[in-house]
Amino acid sequence: MKSSFRIRAVAFVASAAVLALTACSAGSSTSSGSSPGGDQKLSIGLVAEPASLDFTTTDGAAIPQALLGNVYETLVKQDDSGKIVPSLAKSWTVSPDRKTYTFDLVDNAKFTNGKQFTANDAVFSINRVKTAWTTSLKAAMDVVSGAKALSPTQLQVTLAKPSNDWLFRMTTRIGAMFSESGVSALATDPVGTGPFKFSKWNRGDSIVMVRNDDYWGSKPFFQQVTLKYFKDATALNNALLTSTINVIGTVQAPEALSQFTSNSKYQVIEGTTNGEVLLSFNNSRPVFKDLRTRQAIRMAIDHKALLDTCWAGRGKLIGSMVPPTDPWYEDLTGVAPYDLAKAKSLLQASGAAGKTLRLRLPTLPYATSCGQVVKSMLEQAGLKVQIDQLEFPAAWLTTVFKNADYDMSIIAHVEPRDLGAVFNAKYYTRYDDPTLQGYLAAADVGDEAAQIDNMKKAARRLSEQAAGDWLFLIPNLIVADKDIKGLPTNAITENFDLSKLTR
Amino acid sequence: MILRLIERTGVFLVSLAVSSVLVFAFMAVLPGDPARVALGVNASDEAVAELRQQFGLDRPLPTQYFDWLGGLLHGDLGTSYVSKVAIGPQVFDRLQVTLWLVVAGMIIALLVAVPAGTLMAARHRKLSGLALSAVSQVGVAVPAFLAGILLIVVFAVKLGWLPANGWTPPAQDPGMFLKQLILPALSLGLVQGAVLTRYVRSAVLDVLREDYLRTARAKGLRPFQALWRHGLRNAAVPVVTVLGLQLATLLIGAVVVERVFVIPGLGSLLLDGVSNRDLLLVQDVVMVLVLAVLLVNFVVDLLYVALDPRLRTAS
Repeated sequence: MKSSFRIRAVAFVASAAVLALTACSAGSSTSSGSSPGGDQKLSIGLVAEPASLDFTTTDGAAIPQALLGNVYETLVKQDDSGKIVPSLAKSWTVSPDRKTYTFDLVDNAKFTNGKQFTANDAVFSINRVKTAWTTSLKAAMDVVSGAKALSPTQLQVTLAKPSNDWLFRMTTRIGAMFSESGVSALATDPVGTGPFKFSKWNRGDSIVMVRNDDYWGSKPFFQQVTLKYFKDATALNNALLTSTINVIGTVQAPEALSQFTSNSKYQVIEGTTNGEVLLSFNNSRPVFKDLRTRQAIRMAIDHKALLDTCWAGRGKLIGSMVPPTDPWYEDLTGVAPYDLAKAKSLLQASGAAGKTLRLRLPTLPYATSCGQVVKSMLEQAGLKVQIDQLEFPAAWLTTVFKNADYDMSIIAHVEPRDLGAVFNAKYYTRYDDPTLQGYLAAADVGDEAAQIDNMKKAARRLSEQAAGDWLFLIPNLIVADKDIKGLPTNAITENFDLSKLTR
Repeated sequence: MILRLIERTGVFLVSLAVSSVLVFAFMAVLPGDPARVALGVNASDEAVAELRQQFGLDRPLPTQYFDWLGGLLHGDLGTSYVSKVAIGPQVFDRLQVTLWLVVAGMIIALLVAVPAGTLMAARHRKLSGLALSAVSQVGVAVPAFLAGILLIVVFAVKLGWLPANGWTPPAQDPGMFLKQLILPALSLGLVQGAVLTRYVRSAVLDVLREDYLRTARAKGLRPFQALWRHGLRNAAVPVVTVLGLQLATLLIGAVVVERVFVIPGLGSLLLDGVSNRDLLLVQDVVMVLVLAVLLVNFVVDLLYVALDPRLRTAS
């Protein structure tokens, strides 16, 4: 995980924390078994409209949420259980030194501009990440030393060093396949091989996509899907209640769910996401240098009570930076169980008792409401907490994220597999731990078993060292008309897979 | 008359120039770097610097200001930092949406305020006048967004008569357009109407006490006839002034109501621009709003003169 930096967490992170919740997954292209449903239409309510349609130069979770997997496809993708499965690549092999990947590509995929998809397009797309992309995510492609087309349907990619993480990142937006003749107007006219074609963007309102009737895989059920954007949780709920939309893709206010759970017209889906709500510590501050202080803060927080109060009890307690859908997940909530008396004595011992900590919160619903609970729980344990609200994204980004001018903050890190990205000396957590870096490096170069083993060690190390406190995992909460099928239980990828939805 | 016209035009132009400097200055001190927001947090400093250069943000502020101003004078609003799309057409599209709202809101406000205010004034000692007065007081106290939420709960969610949100251009589907326009226009119009009612009432009351109205009554006209023939035109002078100011608040109210009703107008464009740090877009939208407000006041000034001949000779 060399660079840890793909996390652009931010804009993303939050843009919605909740936002990303939706995604889901993938599935293999042959699985869905649904047949196209004539001219049926579907409307999905989401938050955070994309600022542009070009995720190669503009960050944020909203663009891949809409376009990845639906308009653009990747060589490999994640299935519902988090496994990497074929997509535009039918199969692939890894050389014994784990540095050369050979992909066999499907031979019947076509871009919506009429061009055939070939290995040359894959080479073009991979190289273009290094040359034309501007967002920080492009760093994940740095490990690639060369890509060439062995034949129209065979692609060979060589890495400078073994990296498990690279193949995983190819399931995300940096793995999206573009056509050389289709990149002239990415911000307004996306061209991909996916099951949907981009049709229309009514700025400030909605994005309309239509079924790609030339799609190489099984065709989607809905002829037209509209992604409608709402800035306000109440407006989003009202839109479903009045049948303006059929699905709320990302529930923004879990406390308002009862109006749907009590009504037989609707179904409520609850699963997990990659969104760890982190009470982050600025580990470069003297007060956080003492392990006892960090542990005390974790023990002073009654996580169950906190979740009940600030997110209506929806969500999962995790105890470290790993969601249950990752292969190396372990329940680590027992590492620092709630123990107010012990927290008090640890704070006395470390000399932190009575000190004032600055909790700088982004203006996001979960951060605001959970921040108050954290404050009162920490004050019971003998700390003083001063809350500052910072406008999100711009002010929070500059103050907390860029300049690390804070003691504690609360933000959901929604990037997949972001443990190494979030906890290192350069990130705003300023967590400098060679032991952790050792585990992460070993995980990236080793085989699958070694990867899992080392990632488990890394997660446990974080939890035991109390590098931060994981308040809870944001739930994937979807409300939809009763008859909509194919909605994802867990939201673990960047995209909202529209091709599997049926009625 | 001509002098007054020149004077008013001068005031209008100077205000516009001063506003443009202020708007630009506020954007310049707003925290948050547009390039960093666009690139994401882990972007390297070089990448951010490169994008800043592309946006022209590395140039001295006066240069940026005059370039912006020069563009505006040519009708060129520039290209959005974030969406990379020309801003002018976007603002124009959104302005049309917002104008529908404001105009519909104003019509509703007038339909409410003129009869209600006149009635309140004519009956100001009677129970009916006092009752109306109390109702309007409540209206004044309710913000437009709250009125909007209440209207949605009753008419959209509970009764299901009208859509809770959304927008359809009139050319595309006039029926749907009207349905979606009713609730937001009502939430703007009722509140503004309540405020305006109070002004109409006091204006009419003032007129009722004028000598010429007594004379009209003495000629044998009944109270309402006298008011209709001689009073209302005079009462209109102060009301038109207030109307101009109200139009400005109506525009601001529309920004909020657009959010409640999920309407892609100028207000939602502005909010998106702020959160994406699309500074040029925000500057442009604010400037358009400022222009609209100043223009309305300018027109009101002129109308004032047209309505009241006494003012023509005053200067």
